[in-house]
Amino acid sequence: MTGPETTSKEPKRMSSAPEQSEQTEAAPDLSAMGERRQGHGIKVRDLHAYYGSVHAVRGIDIDFPANEVTAIIGPSGCGKSTMVRCINRMHEEIPGARSEGSVSLDDLDVYGSNVDVTAVRRMIGMVFQKPNPFPTMSIFDNVAAGLRLTGMKSDNLRERVHRALRAVGLWGEVKNRLNSPGIGLSGGQQQRLCIARAVAVEPEVILMDEPASALDPIATLKVEELIDELKNRYTIVIVTHNMQQAARVAKSTVFMLDGEVVEHAETTKLFTNPSDERTERYVTGKFG
Amino acid sequence: MEASATTSGGRSALERSSASRLPDQALQFGLTALATLILLLIGYFFVRLIGQSGKAFSTFGASFIFGNDWDISRNIYHGAPLVIGTLVTSAIALLIGVPVAVATALYVTELCPRKARGPLSMLVDLLAAVPSVVYGLWGVFVLAPKLVPVEKWFANTFSFIPFIGGGGSTVTAPNYFIAGLILAIMILPIVSAIAREVLATVPSENKEAALALGATRWEMIRMSVLPYARPGITGGAMLGLGRAIGETIAVVLVIGNAPTIGHHLFNQGYTLAAVIANEFNEAANQPLHASALFAAGLVLFVLTLIVNIIARWFVRRGTRGMRAPEADADNTLSVYTPSTTAGRP
Amino acid sequence: MSTVSGALIPEISAGRKRRDRVMRGLLMAGTGLALVPLILIIYYLIYKGIGSWSGSFFTTDPNGNFFGNPGGIRSAILGTLEIVALASLISIPIGIAVALYLTEYGNDGVFANLVRYFVDVMTGVPSIVFGLFIYIVLVISHAGGSGFAGWKGALALSLLMLPIVIRSSEVVLLLVPSSLREAALALGAPRWRIIWKVVLPTARSGLVTGALLSVARGMGETAPLLFTVSVAFPVTFNLNGIMNSLPLQIYGDITSPRDVVVARAWGAALTLVALVLILNLIARAISRRSRLT
Repeated sequence: MTGPETTSKEPKRMSSAPEQSEQTEAAPDLSAMGERRQGHGIKVRDLHAYYGSVHAVRGIDIDFPANEVTAIIGPSGCGKSTMVRCINRMHEEIPGARSEGSVSLDDLDVYGSNVDVTAVRRMIGMVFQKPNPFPTMSIFDNVAAGLRLTGMKSDNLRERVHRALRAVGLWGEVKNRLNSPGIGLSGGQQQRLCIARAVAVEPEVILMDEPASALDPIATLKVEELIDELKNRYTIVIVTHNMQQAARVAKSTVFMLDGEVVEHAETTKLFTNPSDERTERYVTGKFG
Repeated sequence: MEASATTSGGRSALERSSASRLPDQALQFGLTALATLILLLIGYFFVRLIGQSGKAFSTFGASFIFGNDWDISRNIYHGAPLVIGTLVTSAIALLIGVPVAVATALYVTELCPRKARGPLSMLVDLLAAVPSVVYGLWGVFVLAPKLVPVEKWFANTFSFIPFIGGGGSTVTAPNYFIAGLILAIMILPIVSAIAREVLATVPSENKEAALALGATRWEMIRMSVLPYARPGITGGAMLGLGRAIGETIAVVLVIGNAPTIGHHLFNQGYTLAAVIANEFNEAANQPLHASALFAAGLVLFVLTLIVNIIARWFVRRGTRGMRAPEADADNTLSVYTPSTTAGRP
Repeated sequence: MSTVSGALIPEISAGRKRRDRVMRGLLMAGTGLALVPLILIIYYLIYKGIGSWSGSFFTTDPNGNFFGNPGGIRSAILGTLEIVALASLISIPIGIAVALYLTEYGNDGVFANLVRYFVDVMTGVPSIVFGLFIYIVLVISHAGGSGFAGWKGALALSLLMLPIVIRSSEVVLLLVPSSLREAALALGAPRWRIIWKVVLPTARSGLVTGALLSVARGMGETAPLLFTVSVAFPVTFNLNGIMNSLPLQIYGDITSPRDVVVARAWGAALTLVALVLILNLIARAISRRSRLT
């Protein structure tokens, strides 16, 4: 019980609401994870992705700068989720799916022949649309799952799990029931649990595939606050249907249509003064 | 959907004249009566079976199950050798059959190339199409004689282990192990089919969660697939157990039909089902013997009934219960719903 | 900006990779192992059984002679076909009717679920128990004037086939889109006409598949016949008397000390398995085609 209080008191510089975090332990507290960290950016070049004969992503070049939130918007079926799933090579898990082109984490070719796919996913974490905690595992075990894969045990493991839970602002809500099942939490808590699970292994990049679309507005707000905090340590790519959400969390935004990038700009520019006519029609709600 | 179909059916039926409603009502009544009749028939059979077993149970009491003395010449029927034979052979069947069946199901659902899925499943399913008398034929003329040298070597090498011990000299061609092995092959398709069915219900988001954490394929199976599918696989194994307990013709041909308790894995024995099939002809003129066989049938029936009821409970839990209560609602929510989902826990 | 050097790539331990490879290998080996019995059985059936197959094998009856030619399996094949045909005539219509009750009238009611539950449990009842049921109720009492009789065997088989037909039919009937039913209901059609004109035709191929699989299952059963039909060598079309059947012919021949008779068992077994497998393959072909259209 003393652990959380001491850690949440000491750093004041990053937490958006330090007072509140002391009282409720509810606000995300990234300082729990350590210092601000210089992350690594992602470069996508001439990326194509297919489902069988369907050409879902048609030649994409994007840079995702380190320690920034980049949002990807676009109508359903525009290939935004597929593109993101190519970054950590989850796309290839779908039977019949394949991809071409290059994705690199700084200078590391993610699709390189000498690169282990499990190592890639370790460095590039992912949060899914629907909260997907392991249904048979407790809250603690859910967060520990990734760490246990690497053989981490006992004290060190507990320390890392607690830190991750504090980082996503879930510690106060669950500290007394770490051994109860993860699926017993509310939808919003489950999603933060999944973020904690991704954060616990300390990846370089976190991909979020519509992380708030199954959540209510209050839970959505919490996740958005958390994303804002997470950029201090990670590079974040967030796919969203919700343009307001993109405007709230992202520094730059990518608009995709039919598997191609239409426009990539500073978020405020993209929403207020888009240079492409199709972007303008989408952001003003004329289609999509 | 179903419910709405009925209500609209009921409403439109009310609006029609009673004459045109008549065939509908007759059909509904007839079908309901038929279903009832089948339930009653099974109940009636059960009662008659109990009636025919009465003589044996009143003569021998509990020793019909626990006594170790099945002797036709003295007209004494204490069935422990049969019960033990049934349990031993079924246990061997589960020990061998279930791991292979689960491995098959895991390979087919999680590892093999998509195109091989259908053919592989079909080949395993075809094992269920082979009649039990054919398994018996193959077992008695091919498998049993071919395995004797292996069994002798095994019994000699591991003679220090109880139950396997005794050395190669005690090995007989028909024995518990052969019967268990044949049963393992016979339960493989059903256990594998249920396991496949259960594994197919593991939500892909659970598997993706593991993969996205950097799990290898096997780690994914261990983390998300097996824990989720465990109740269902347990149920499938129990259904296999029910099959193994009740299997008759294949076992009667390879168990040796010796009404004694074998002290050794490679000794002859007997099972409840085998004794009924084997002695039923000679028992026709000896009422107590016949009654003892019916009683063996009753024990078999009740045993399989219990096993099946437990199995069904597991399978049902395995294919439905594991999901969180709200998970189903989420499925319908795949389309974007901005902030209308407030209030859900 | 720093770069991701090789050192930053998280090390995936050799142990994890090895365990992954070993476990994948084991699962694959288990699958291979599962296929071995099927291959061996089919190999031995052909190797030992094909030699018995000749014109006279299928056109003569077993004669029971202790010396010389033991005869063929004509009466066994015909007997099996007669008994299974009668069993199908009983179990398939009743089974589909019960399934219709469950899907069209019972829905999720208490009684329907009770029926479903007992049908489920019935699939697990050993076939020998069905044989005993009929033996006690019909054979001992000499119902119909005879003890053992073909029609009693057919009844035992139909008890065994019934749950299979009900289960598979219910699954198929549930697949008929309720929008089809509702569309017909909206036109004011009575329910029995909808069942006859819409539900059954839509589900036809699935129903046929389930029925064929249950026939294949019934055809191979030995234990129920043992208690109800007994064995007679000549061809008979009198279902109210004892008659021959393939499973019982094989079962009897196995225990013979004569090699020619055992050879006949292999030939008969090959015949039986061929019949059952053909039924299975037809059933699968039908279900596959219906899924495509």
